[in-house]
Amino acid sequence: MDKPTNNGAWLLVVPVVLLVAFNAVMPLMAVVNYSVQDIFGPGQAYWVGTEWYREVLGDTRLHEALLRQFLFSGLVLLIEIPLGVLIALAMPRRGWAVSLVLVILALPLLIPWNVIGTIWIIFTRPDIGLLGYSLNSLGIPFDHTASPLDAWITLMLMEVWHWTPLVVLLAYAGLKAIPEAFYQAAAIDGASAWKVFRYIQLPKMRGVLTIAVLLRFMDSFLIYAEPFVLTGGGPGNATTFPSIYLVKVALGQFDLGPAGAFSVIYFLIVLLFSWLFYQVLQNVGRGKAR
Amino acid sequence: MKTGIVRFALATYLVMLMLPVYWMVNMSLRDNADILSTFVLFPENLTFDNYIKIFTDPSWYSGYINSMIYVTMNMVISVSVALPAAYAFSRYRFIGDKHVFFWLLTNRMAPPAVFALPFFQLYQTMGLIDTHIAVALAHTLFNVPLAVWVLEGFMSAIPREIDETAYLDGYSFPRFFFRIFMPLIKTGIGVTAFFTFMFSWVELLMARTLTTTEAKPIAAVMTRTVSATGLDWGLLAAAGVLTIVPGALVIYFVRNYMAKGFALGRV
Amino acid sequence: MASITFEGVAHSYERHPRDERDFALKTLDASFENGGAYALLGPSGCGKTTLLNIISGLLRPTRGRVLYDDRDVTALPPARRNIAQVFQFPVIYDTMTVEQNLAFPLRNRGLAAAAIARRVAEVAEMLELEGVLRQRAAGLTADQKQKVSLGRGLVRVDVAAILLDEPLTVIDPQLKWLLRRKLKEVHARYGHTFVYVTHDQNEALTFADRVVVMYDGRIVQVGSPQDLFERPLHRFVGYFIGSPGMNFLPCHLAGNGLGIDGTEVVLGGAWFAEAASRPSARLELGIRPEHLEVLARPEPGSVEARLLRVEDLGNYKLVSAVLGPHRLFAKVPEGREIGGETVNLRFPPTRTRLYADDRLLV
Repeated sequence: MDKPTNNGAWLLVVPVVLLVAFNAVMPLMAVVNYSVQDIFGPGQAYWVGTEWYREVLGDTRLHEALLRQFLFSGLVLLIEIPLGVLIALAMPRRGWAVSLVLVILALPLLIPWNVIGTIWIIFTRPDIGLLGYSLNSLGIPFDHTASPLDAWITLMLMEVWHWTPLVVLLAYAGLKAIPEAFYQAAAIDGASAWKVFRYIQLPKMRGVLTIAVLLRFMDSFLIYAEPFVLTGGGPGNATTFPSIYLVKVALGQFDLGPAGAFSVIYFLIVLLFSWLFYQVLQNVGRGKAR
Repeated sequence: MKTGIVRFALATYLVMLMLPVYWMVNMSLRDNADILSTFVLFPENLTFDNYIKIFTDPSWYSGYINSMIYVTMNMVISVSVALPAAYAFSRYRFIGDKHVFFWLLTNRMAPPAVFALPFFQLYQTMGLIDTHIAVALAHTLFNVPLAVWVLEGFMSAIPREIDETAYLDGYSFPRFFFRIFMPLIKTGIGVTAFFTFMFSWVELLMARTLTTTEAKPIAAVMTRTVSATGLDWGLLAAAGVLTIVPGALVIYFVRNYMAKGFALGRV
Repeated sequence: MASITFEGVAHSYERHPRDERDFALKTLDASFENGGAYALLGPSGCGKTTLLNIISGLLRPTRGRVLYDDRDVTALPPARRNIAQVFQFPVIYDTMTVEQNLAFPLRNRGLAAAAIARRVAEVAEMLELEGVLRQRAAGLTADQKQKVSLGRGLVRVDVAAILLDEPLTVIDPQLKWLLRRKLKEVHARYGHTFVYVTHDQNEALTFADRVVVMYDGRIVQVGSPQDLFERPLHRFVGYFIGSPGMNFLPCHLAGNGLGIDGTEVVLGGAWFAEAASRPSARLELGIRPEHLEVLARPEPGSVEARLLRVEDLGNYKLVSAVLGPHRLFAKVPEGREIGGETVNLRFPPTRTRLYADDRLLV
């Protein structure tokens, strides 16, 4: 079942490569350029080599932000992927209810990110927001502007609310792709519901789950608009993620050099981890066939 | 019994999913002072003023029109260039195929903040600033790789024997692709169209960087509700409710593809 | 191992079937003997897969009972029926090795490890899978995957029946006959009741000793391959089996014989009395191309038809001729020379069948 080799297939890929390269190459080169120069204004730039990189790598605030980011993205994956799969499993397979569920799932995905943060500000306010008000009436003191823990809980809630539907949609696509015969064979073989999940549904969802894990990892690792609007990185620095810190450096201090170095490092981290996830998910459970 | 519990859990999840959306709707039907002063489950002083303002003020509704124009352009461009590429990846091996595939994915991985400046310079050199096509092209950066990826998955599930039979029957490649292959993966195309729509629709940073007035997207218009007197929450909520509508319509139209046609997805 | 009996079984996919037309499977009474090799043969939509799913328990019939021997299994789920099924597309557990695939049904039933290993080894030997036992099942070829699916059924002792749903669809043509032979071998060795669903008459006729022909939700004939060929009980069987299928000539009562519609030809014969008993029925004469005689010169009882063409198909010649408005096929041996404008055809009485309203009269 191996694919035939045909270098002519490149012709079909050329438009995509040109279009993406048009957008990707020049800006990336520009950012790398910033990262090795000291820029005072148009035409006034000096070569500084790796100075910015050393500065950025030694910045403890960046270290903290990165650690925070790993914790955040890790939690996102640990919660959203299993939850999304569970919900996809619980979804009806046919009938009018499918359309209804699909439309409801799509709602959070369609709201611009800055608006999401704004709506959640009110939604979680203890005095006038549904969530904040309900929690406080239940006797649970909750205020994300004062308590770092509450800020994290709010961000996680918002993130899970916002993005789990994407995982559900992908997982549902994977489940719907499984031919009925597999379930029939499993019934005849006397497999339990758990074994059906473990040996049929999960392996067949590998492709879509790879997409889901990578998308959620990349996008959550670069999260900016929602925490920026909701918490502004606070209280203190409790929710200052690298992207927020980066904007502070780049725009707040007009330091393109360190910001460029920061961006390149940031990009390389996402790249490295995405590649690792990609390799692991491509090969897990596949072993060596023949 | 067991299915009862499952159904109940699913219904609970969906209700929770709706709560913030409901709160947005709730806010959109009240005026700013009312929102900020009292907690009410159902609006008592119903007002449609926020919606009326959006529908009568050109700077508001043109934001929707601009967004819809570039999102549609982006959707069409992304899907049409991704289709042949995804076919190549799903059917053939060629020099550097794996690397190109992963390189495409890396384009979602750059932190956008610092990239905004060179992006602006790039499109300024092209003389495209403040045009719809500029935003549509810029959004292909993250949407084309996604489209290739998702479509490739759907295409790989279609047996290659179908292609071979068609060529034997004397079909040329374009005729085979449009007449036979596309109908088979229309599910995948529907799903891809939704994803590209969605990611382009909600993107703010690039869209705002590349536009000033003529092509200003709705998400950027909404940041204007911050004024000297603070945020106009009711107006913002109404605008937020309206941002859901086009996407909800899109998913309503592709729902049948997603519901049954998903059956052809990645196996 | 068991016989399978259907008592008044009918199935509709509608929730509230109103009349006969809503039923994918019309009321059915039949019995499959223990140890038989049965083929369910018919075009798509004839109800054969529905019937198979009723046997396996994947579908519960709207009406009627299903018995394995004397045991009523109508309400039992597939897992408790002790049947095995091979599907159109290979169903294997991708992440497991071949060995784990074969052991899976036994593990689920909680057998001891030693017993499992023994059964797996035996089945692997029978199916010639020993060499790939430790490989991932996902990396196998389609025919090996189908063997693994079959093997998952065979490992279980006391399998009541083995059901095969068009199992050769995805197999390379060159390998089809190998796998078919393997199936016959398994049947001969273990003596399970086999039910083989197919729309391919060659597969059905070569595999089964009893072929069940289905049409429009009904069983129209159950018989040996020879029965189906010699005496199709239903017009559909005549048409569906054979290549080309049976020739049919609409006819009517004419004096003491049967007149072929649209021609002056009247054929005398034993059919007349039978036909006269059903004066209002739609009558047709049917004859296999293999049985229609092409004569060198006119003889008593022969009729003249216009010759359309002669195709040489290697081991026989296919003659197409036109009699009035009707087209007829005849197969003649390779050596015969046939030419000219017309041919003389003879309908041997013992080989010519009479159908009234699609059903065999004589």
